[in-house]
Amino acid sequence: MAQTDYLSPTTPPTSRAPSPLEWVRENLFSTWYNGILTIVCLVAIVPALISFISWVIGAAEWAAIAENLRLFFVGRFPRDLYWRLWTSLGILAGLTGISWGFARRNARRLSRSILIVLGVAIAAVVLPLGLPSRWLLAITLGAAVGYAVGRQLPPTISSWLPGTWGLAFVVILWLIKGGLGLEPTITNVWTGLLLTVLMATISIVLSFPLGVMLALGRQSKLPVVRALSILYIEVIRGLPLIGILFLAQVMLPLFLPPWFRDLDRVLRAIAGLVLFSAAYLAENVRGGLQAVPRGQAEAASALGLSTPLVVMLIVLPQALRAVIPAIVGQFIGLFKDTSLLSLFGLLELTGIARSVLAQPQFLGRYAEVYLFIGLIYWVFCYGMSLASRRLEQKLNVDQR
Amino acid sequence: MRKWSSLLLTLMLLAVPLVGCSRFYAQGSAASASSLLDRVKNRGKLVCGVSGELPGFSYVNQQGEYSGLDVDVCRAIAAALFDDPDAVDYRNLNAKERFTAVQAGEVDILSRNTTWTISRDTSVGLEFAPTVFYDGQGMMVKKASGIKNLKDLEGSSVCVQTGTTTEQNLADQMRKLGVKYTPIVFEDVNAAFATYEEGRCDGMTADRSALVARRSVLKNPDEHILLEELLSKEPLAPAVINGDARWFDTVKWVIFGLIEAEELGINSQNIDSFTNTDNSVVKRLLGTEGNLGQGLGLPNDFVARAVRKVGNYGEIYNRNLGPGTPFNLPRGQNEIWTKGGLLYAPPFR
Amino acid sequence: MSTSRQRGNSRLPNFKDLPTLLRDARFWRFAAQAIAVLLVVLLVILIVDNVIYNLRQLGIQLGFDFLRTQASFDIGETLIPYSPADSYTRAILVGLVNSLRVTVLGLIFATMLGLLAGIARLSSNWLLRQLALVYVEIFRNTPLLLQLFFWYFAVFLKLPGVENSITLPGPTYLTSRGVFLPWFNPTAGTGLWLVLLALGIGGAIALWRWRVRLILEQGRPGNPILWSLGPLVASGLLALILTRTIPFSWNLPQLVGGTQLQGGLRLSPEFSTLVIGLVVYTGSFIAEIVRAGIQAVPRGQWEAARALGLKPGRIMQMVILPQALRVIIPPLTSQYLNLAKNSSLAIAIGFPDVYFVASTTFNQTGRAVEVMLLIMITYLTISLTISLLMNLYNQTVQLKER
Repeated sequence: MAQTDYLSPTTPPTSRAPSPLEWVRENLFSTWYNGILTIVCLVAIVPALISFISWVIGAAEWAAIAENLRLFFVGRFPRDLYWRLWTSLGILAGLTGISWGFARRNARRLSRSILIVLGVAIAAVVLPLGLPSRWLLAITLGAAVGYAVGRQLPPTISSWLPGTWGLAFVVILWLIKGGLGLEPTITNVWTGLLLTVLMATISIVLSFPLGVMLALGRQSKLPVVRALSILYIEVIRGLPLIGILFLAQVMLPLFLPPWFRDLDRVLRAIAGLVLFSAAYLAENVRGGLQAVPRGQAEAASALGLSTPLVVMLIVLPQALRAVIPAIVGQFIGLFKDTSLLSLFGLLELTGIARSVLAQPQFLGRYAEVYLFIGLIYWVFCYGMSLASRRLEQKLNVDQR
Repeated sequence: MRKWSSLLLTLMLLAVPLVGCSRFYAQGSAASASSLLDRVKNRGKLVCGVSGELPGFSYVNQQGEYSGLDVDVCRAIAAALFDDPDAVDYRNLNAKERFTAVQAGEVDILSRNTTWTISRDTSVGLEFAPTVFYDGQGMMVKKASGIKNLKDLEGSSVCVQTGTTTEQNLADQMRKLGVKYTPIVFEDVNAAFATYEEGRCDGMTADRSALVARRSVLKNPDEHILLEELLSKEPLAPAVINGDARWFDTVKWVIFGLIEAEELGINSQNIDSFTNTDNSVVKRLLGTEGNLGQGLGLPNDFVARAVRKVGNYGEIYNRNLGPGTPFNLPRGQNEIWTKGGLLYAPPFR
Repeated sequence: MSTSRQRGNSRLPNFKDLPTLLRDARFWRFAAQAIAVLLVVLLVILIVDNVIYNLRQLGIQLGFDFLRTQASFDIGETLIPYSPADSYTRAILVGLVNSLRVTVLGLIFATMLGLLAGIARLSSNWLLRQLALVYVEIFRNTPLLLQLFFWYFAVFLKLPGVENSITLPGPTYLTSRGVFLPWFNPTAGTGLWLVLLALGIGGAIALWRWRVRLILEQGRPGNPILWSLGPLVASGLLALILTRTIPFSWNLPQLVGGTQLQGGLRLSPEFSTLVIGLVVYTGSFIAEIVRAGIQAVPRGQWEAARALGLKPGRIMQMVILPQALRVIIPPLTSQYLNLAKNSSLAIAIGFPDVYFVASTTFNQTGRAVEVMLLIMITYLTISLTISLLMNLYNQTVQLKER
């Protein structure tokens, strides 16, 4: 094992900004073996970086990406209905702005992350990338206005935010699916990144009640209920997701009566993801339930609340708050796991990538295509994990 | 401390309707009584299972539209039914799930370069429409490798796709010849071809049509040859569910109509010039005379619709695989019988 | 199933008096369970009934007899002899052996990589820290399937052919046909060598722990690593004297005729991709677990150890890691389970693991239910084994209250 000088878990406070030379000595060459390490790292990184960059600029053919951008993002969604997607995006941006502004209502005016987001948004609008800039401008404005509004909101509003998000979820689903006065779309045109996002979101939302139920069941004093919950959770957690999806795609029709088989493939995929993620969610929620002091439930019972009320009003809210980061982590996992559905013929992001690779002129361009969709996945997952870390810090602060 | 038993109880009770009821309460449901034809007509859309990943047969082009020979078969049927070739929902099916999708009624028709075999026709519960493409399993190797026949593949590796008859044919043939080889098996046909092209495998086996189609888009098509030997016969045909004669007849006769139209020299360009013809064979086919369509429960001009909107068999072939395409696949056995091929439609009378 | 009786003097609920009964918690407890069981039984009956009906519609019989019939498909990589004339049971066994090979190797290397990257995340060297951070954040936030595709198509298949292979010292050849490593052939004395070496390793570990305890409890200086080399060297010498041979002979890959590589150990690109993909992906998660575990050790421990004059490396090894392990083991177990389950993605890159072989079996026989049950039993067994071993290990590292 390489001998490294281990940093103690928290870095000592710096009294003043060091000069570049001092910084280099401090951070790269503090001891002789650190110096060697630095040189070894440089020898490893620099040639790799140079060859990668020269490949990106030179050898790589980005036409496969440029000509299929629309496919990657919205797939085969009908063009004349794009306004619905833009509207959904606008709702999301506005709400994110409000929530973010609300969370940072005590912070400085402009933090670095907000500046970066603004910069990216402005670049997207201004640069001639052939993007529909009017929509983007509207959405950016929506987010900015939302942020401004969020900063002004009184703290009492915080209990309304989750509900608003839930409402937005329903509205966006309606916008995309249609019905109720809008022209319905078939799930078959939900493709590309759109399908990835939809499936991950719908699955986590639907698996929530099931997961909470299983967690309560596993904590229950009733041996049979507990045994059944444990059986379900452990069997699902012991199986590979690909097997569960196979179950949902191929065997669900066998489990259902013949007249109830007209489930399309996206629904079956969601069913598989829900069954899968409920078991993991149940374990997360159980962790939260165990963290709630027993005195809470006992005190509530003493006040004369019936058991269901105690659970719904006292225990669950506290338990769920404690497991928010774990749930976000699970959502990130689910977002990545939807890629497995490309093995079952669904055209989500990875599936679309594979069908782009089947276009005769782009056969064999996998490095470019896979890197590009890897980047999309990464932006989403990394963004969510950052946001979740911020949220966690904030919650911890609120706890004190 | 009281437990959450009552809460659980409530949840459990709520779950009862979700469990649904058994089919005992659904005796005589609509599914068995009416033909799929009626349901498709009521729906106003044809649900068509395709591969979606096979250039020339079915794949998504940059406009996000499906195209290819298998796709045009579905479009022709939709045109015959609704006079609208775009009234089709496509489902991408991989080799593995395609049969389940037909059995479960998830797709109305499977048009996914599927080989017609006795076991699929009998025990898998499918019914095969006329062959739309006569094919055979071949083997593609690099010219430079010096491999001339299957025996030369001793000690080599061969890329193959799973979930099809291809894998078994390969194992059977190689066993017969006593050749030792390493199969590299893939779920996804693109992955198999990509792997072959990168030089991981010495040979790539698939239907000849797919091999030729793919070869045309490899970096250097001339560096690859197809061995003379065939490993099997592969008649590719659309399939529908067993036991629904009306629907099966519909699919069957639309395809025959496309072939018959080519034999009679009727195509999408000149079809209107046949309106005043006195050739009664043509008239019956195009529905201006007699009522052949009625027997199927279709309008009499169902073939005319398909030819006008999608083209006759020859047009479909040339559009997707012919000289103007990257594949440039000679028609060979897929010519009309009058030109020495195997395509032959029973008479329309 | 019985009502939960309270100790001894509890009577059954009073079934004669309905209002009292409805207020009796024991009755409710009983009723809830009865209904839960009923519902589950009903659901199972429904599903089984539908399955039987649907299979009858398709003309498929239930039963495992098909496992004895001839598989008639080939498998590219096997450790145990197999031909298409063998039965499906044999084919699935071949897949299982392949799966286990990948899983075991993956676990070992992922742990090493994760440990290194986790410690590097806390290194005082800025460059190394950033490098570890970039590694962790890239590989944690993209799907494993995508990474496997990338490794396979953009890395392993892009390696040059055998004629102009990349040659590393060893000699190790990297080609698009696989990785060729030097390997060893057993000799007559291999068995005895292995037994003696195993004893030597056991002795070395025991000695090392003893010396570490001495250092920690009595502050004796010395290097436990050097001490533990003693039994190893001794057992090696003993084996050499007894068998008069070296334990194995090297078997080096050689280029034959410029176009064929022979000898040595050949790892196919599919196998290499799967192992590397799983190791790199899981390693990035393990790195975070290790980092969090180390950071969970109170700072006072560092300071105290430093005050004792221990070197940083020694602090890590003797003070910090043993305590961090208590935090690390439970999440590490779940990562191990993930790795075992994720090995089923072999299907995407053409490696014949147990899941792939089982699904080919399903393709050819149409026995969805039986194949699914087999897959379930297989993976549950693997998962349970890993859990069990890790729990046993966990008990040894947890804090022992005195």
